[in-house]
Amino acid sequence: MQAIAQTKLDALNAQCAQMRIDLIRLLHKLQTGHPGGSLSACEILSALYFEMAKVDQANPKWPERDRIILTKGHAAPMLYMILAKRGFFPEADMDTLRQLGSHLQGHPCAKTTPGVELSTGPLGIGVSAAVGMAMALRLDKNPATVYAVMGDGEINEGTVWEACMSASKFKLDNLVAIVDLNGVQLDGRCEEIMPMDDVPAKFGAFGFEVFRCDGHDIADLCKTIGQAKAVSGKPSVILARTVKGKGVSFMEGQSAWHGAPIGRPEFEQAMKDLGGEPDV
Amino acid sequence: MSKTIREAYGESLLKYGKDDPRVVVLDADVSTSTRSLVFAKGCPERFFNMGIAEANMVGAAGGMAACGKIVFVNSFAVFLSTLGLLSARAFGSYSGLNLKFMGAYGGLSDAYDGPSHHSVEDLAIMRALPHFKVFVATDEHQVDWLVKTAIDTDGPVYIRLSRDSLPEVYSKDTKFEIGKGQILREGKDLTILACGVMVGQALKAGEMLAAQGISARVVDLFTIKPIDRPLILESAEKTGLMVSAEEHSVIGGLGGAVAEVLAKAGSPAKLACVGLEDTHAETGAYPQLLKKYKLDADAIVAQALGGLQK
Repeated sequence: MQAIAQTKLDALNAQCAQMRIDLIRLLHKLQTGHPGGSLSACEILSALYFEMAKVDQANPKWPERDRIILTKGHAAPMLYMILAKRGFFPEADMDTLRQLGSHLQGHPCAKTTPGVELSTGPLGIGVSAAVGMAMALRLDKNPATVYAVMGDGEINEGTVWEACMSASKFKLDNLVAIVDLNGVQLDGRCEEIMPMDDVPAKFGAFGFEVFRCDGHDIADLCKTIGQAKAVSGKPSVILARTVKGKGVSFMEGQSAWHGAPIGRPEFEQAMKDLGGEPDV
Repeated sequence: MSKTIREAYGESLLKYGKDDPRVVVLDADVSTSTRSLVFAKGCPERFFNMGIAEANMVGAAGGMAACGKIVFVNSFAVFLSTLGLLSARAFGSYSGLNLKFMGAYGGLSDAYDGPSHHSVEDLAIMRALPHFKVFVATDEHQVDWLVKTAIDTDGPVYIRLSRDSLPEVYSKDTKFEIGKGQILREGKDLTILACGVMVGQALKAGEMLAAQGISARVVDLFTIKPIDRPLILESAEKTGLMVSAEEHSVIGGLGGAVAEVLAKAGSPAKLACVGLEDTHAETGAYPQLLKKYKLDADAIVAQALGGLQK
């Protein structure tokens, strides 16, 4: 497997930097939307949509496309930004996020937004659906891969582990789960809200091939996704270590910025951190 | 004795699903009970036992449906409508995907397993989900039509089945329609609107009332949602008194749906509801349970006479 070309890597990193600026600017303007988990998932989603997964913006329902399921649906603003950049809909649509009449619902909606595979938001069930997709694709002898991007708070949900049992039972090697391991959930740090302790051991015990990588390093993500895809006879999971609110000094690792509105002083600070212009 | 509803269901599922590659059947370790096992034996490649994990089963069904499958999810009605509810809402109701919920052991039909296994609120729960169609099976012939219709109808469907056999009301040539009740007996003094096991009881009540010189129209309202609004209003106008009869709480099910239709239309008709009075039942033999909890012909007759006297 060929590593991602340096020129493309540089371009994607620059794009991620710009998307962080655009995302904070947008959420500041709208005074709604989840910044923390969007910022942590930026590189994971970029690695999938711009390098590793087969998707076609001109033909969003192409049967052999890979299925990318954002089970942590609250990172919708970043997903939308990436889908727009990938050409599924005009970037100008981003201004309508969470507004009446927009196709950009608060959480991803497959019925309204081109490129969204599955309506998600209620945590835990997206993983079950990803399992079902992998089973259905196999029935149809469809070579596509299903990618399920989860949150580490999300894995509190019992259905995640029910889904893992079934992925293992049916030997779904066309399923790659990625956990955005940012260590923080809505009310606080994961280890204080619901300690999951040894997450790699848990997934291993449930029959998964477990990989670890730096969730903000696109080269590492691409390499690890390639390795996970190559696993045969069992599902795989990538535990991608990330920072919630990555790139914005006062948001990093802070549960308070899971879904809080961004005020003017914070916005100015965020622009300083990200190298963006504070004037909208 | 006609065959049990669950056996009829298993056979119909195999009949219509076997040669349709879109049809996939899931069960949560109760296929021997639900009789989805009949499909599993006849078409093992498209049957998956998901273990005792109903929530994951329905979630997985959502993913399969998103890939173009028509997915039958099987478990006891009480578990499908509770543990399966979040994915029923997200992937069936909200996403409009092809999920077919087959609520086995509906009502009190799992009599000896007790109230923990009875379903007395499933119709209210599933009826409240936008875009869901909700049916209660009346007999084996209707079950056959319901299975075929679930496959042919786009979107989420909930069908309540029974563990037991139910009186044969129809023939294999009977024509059914979504949203259209079946008039089983004509009458002018009152209308009995029933579903499931209560249809047989309603017909019996019709005869008992006739012996007293009271003429009852009996309607099988198996299509809880969409409900047959024109038939309800026409019956209300014609007979004045309406008696609903269901093996379910009187809150939110068939009686609730009929009450909504009558009230919204400003109908002056009176409505009496036969069903569980905001309570759970208990363990016991099925016929004894139905009698004790006033889910039988006697209860319908009592409501009819009470309504006529007022």
